[in-house]
Amino acid sequence: MKLKGKVHKFGDNINTDEIIPARYLNTSDPAELAKHCMEDADPKFVPGLKEGDVIVAGENFGCGSSREHAPIAVKASGVSCVIAKSFARIFYRNAINIGLPIFTSAEASEALKSGESVQVDVTKGEISRFGRKRSYSAEVFPGFIRDIIRSGGLMEFARKRQKEEPVDKPRKKEKKKQKVRIQKKRKK
Amino acid sequence: MGCTITERILLSHALDVKAIAPGDFIRTKIDLCFGNDITSPIAIKEFRELGRGKVFNQNRVALIPDHFLPAKDMKSANQAKILERFAEEFGIVNYFELSEMGIEHVLLPERGLILPGDLVIGADSHTCTHGALGAFATGVGSTDLAYAMAFGECWLKVPETIQLRFTGKPRKWVGGKDLILHAISDLGVSGALYKSLEFTGDTIDMLSMDDRFSMCNMAIEAGAKNGIMAPDRITERFVKAAIRKYKPGRKTYKLFKSDKDAAYSDVREYNVSKLEPIVAAPHLPSNGRPVNEFKDVKINQVVIGSCTNGRISDLKQAAGVLKNKKIDPRTRLVVLPATREIYMEAVKEGYAEIFVRAGGVFCTPNCGPCLGGHMGVLAEGEVAVATTNRNFVGRMGHPKSFVYLSNPAVAAASAVKGQIAHPADL
Repeated sequence: MKLKGKVHKFGDNINTDEIIPARYLNTSDPAELAKHCMEDADPKFVPGLKEGDVIVAGENFGCGSSREHAPIAVKASGVSCVIAKSFARIFYRNAINIGLPIFTSAEASEALKSGESVQVDVTKGEISRFGRKRSYSAEVFPGFIRDIIRSGGLMEFARKRQKEEPVDKPRKKEKKKQKVRIQKKRKK
Repeated sequence: MGCTITERILLSHALDVKAIAPGDFIRTKIDLCFGNDITSPIAIKEFRELGRGKVFNQNRVALIPDHFLPAKDMKSANQAKILERFAEEFGIVNYFELSEMGIEHVLLPERGLILPGDLVIGADSHTCTHGALGAFATGVGSTDLAYAMAFGECWLKVPETIQLRFTGKPRKWVGGKDLILHAISDLGVSGALYKSLEFTGDTIDMLSMDDRFSMCNMAIEAGAKNGIMAPDRITERFVKAAIRKYKPGRKTYKLFKSDKDAAYSDVREYNVSKLEPIVAAPHLPSNGRPVNEFKDVKINQVVIGSCTNGRISDLKQAAGVLKNKKIDPRTRLVVLPATREIYMEAVKEGYAEIFVRAGGVFCTPNCGPCLGGHMGVLAEGEVAVATTNRNFVGRMGHPKSFVYLSNPAVAAASAVKGQIAHPADL
């Protein structure tokens, strides 16, 4: 899988309040959140964005609150991936769990400039610029993490898995047993 | 190259791999997953949408409504209802409603539901508390909890480990809370980002389980993924007593420890024999300095409780300071035992009476005002001393309120004086 788009560059420590300001958190609708993506870091970001564009940032991208709304806003805005020197731990986890591709590469983060066209080979973790030979390598995810991202997130991945290895609904008898067990426990 | 205790536990639960190294992504089995009344409703919604008829194991999912119960308003009542319905429908054995209530990170070990060598995930950042049992425990999001409830698995990135070695016998008023506040002040709030904090040294060997839980509880405040201690005889005694009392269904557990040649990204040593009680000033847990530097700070409220310091030895220590004393008339004292068991013990031992006679209130077990929920939220400009774990802006109420973190003895002494005080000065 290859991602292509124009670079939008940001600095270090971009926090989740800049990615999606708290004043817009009264909704969890991805399309609504996307309208305000990166608003407090660069108000011109969304108007200038094209489908497939890439966010390139410095250290500790996504620090601050643990809200899943932040990677959702980025993904829904049409951004194809985020490249950074490093990511905050919870943002990193949330991004994978909602299916936003992210790449850690200090070299690429420094070299890439706003407006350049880049191509990212997801499988190889290779970041290259249009018309230039030099490419940068990013941390490569193992197969199952790539599967989660490709599926569109952990729950989409779960849905696929559910189809492959479904479990039957508990039979009525079993359900009754469970109820009795819980009631017994409550009486105790 | 040898493995750290964290790597050993991860390896023993990993699927598809025979060796692991820091930075690797692994899929693992889990022994227990749990959530509270804030995080579980989202996970339950996701789980229901998945359409899987049952959870991976009815004994290995725990639901603990502990943040806003007894319900503080209609919204939190509805949230708790979601847990109750789900527990009934899916036969969740370890669902703890009001009559068995307790703060998740105190209740689960008390019931013997987390054992040494376990791999545990919880949808709450203070899940790292359980590392005190020699288990790997880390906080995750609601989506992770939904997936874990369905398949009994999760994905993890193997962390590097920082070893913190504590040596020397702590002085009288110094406990686990002071050691961890001291270490966080050294590391900074992101000093252990992505990493595992392993606590070792002769000081740790001397500590009670209650003190050990307090320390691992705050590993997250240095940014760590987990905090962990090698299990010893004290751990085993605690675990065996819990199994005997509550018969959680499992009797066997595995004791892991770090190899002698394990690799650490950093090793730090702290000699704590001369350490004074530490107080962390607003608005970061890393702002810790000796209590005597804060003696002029006037306070409005004292909170004793939480998953950090709401255990029986914490209440005993506070009661010891408050016995036959009255708190300052302009100061409020809110005491929250962490579980029903601790509550009853505190009543039996007479601690509850001491608190109330001193002018405090003795509340039902829950997270209370720690995260600005209820039962003692701060007004604008107010100052509190709390035995909790976070003092961020607005954490306990108004954005212009101030929280100082301390151990239970300092908190109790401060209530008596109406300003931050060393218990030895009463």
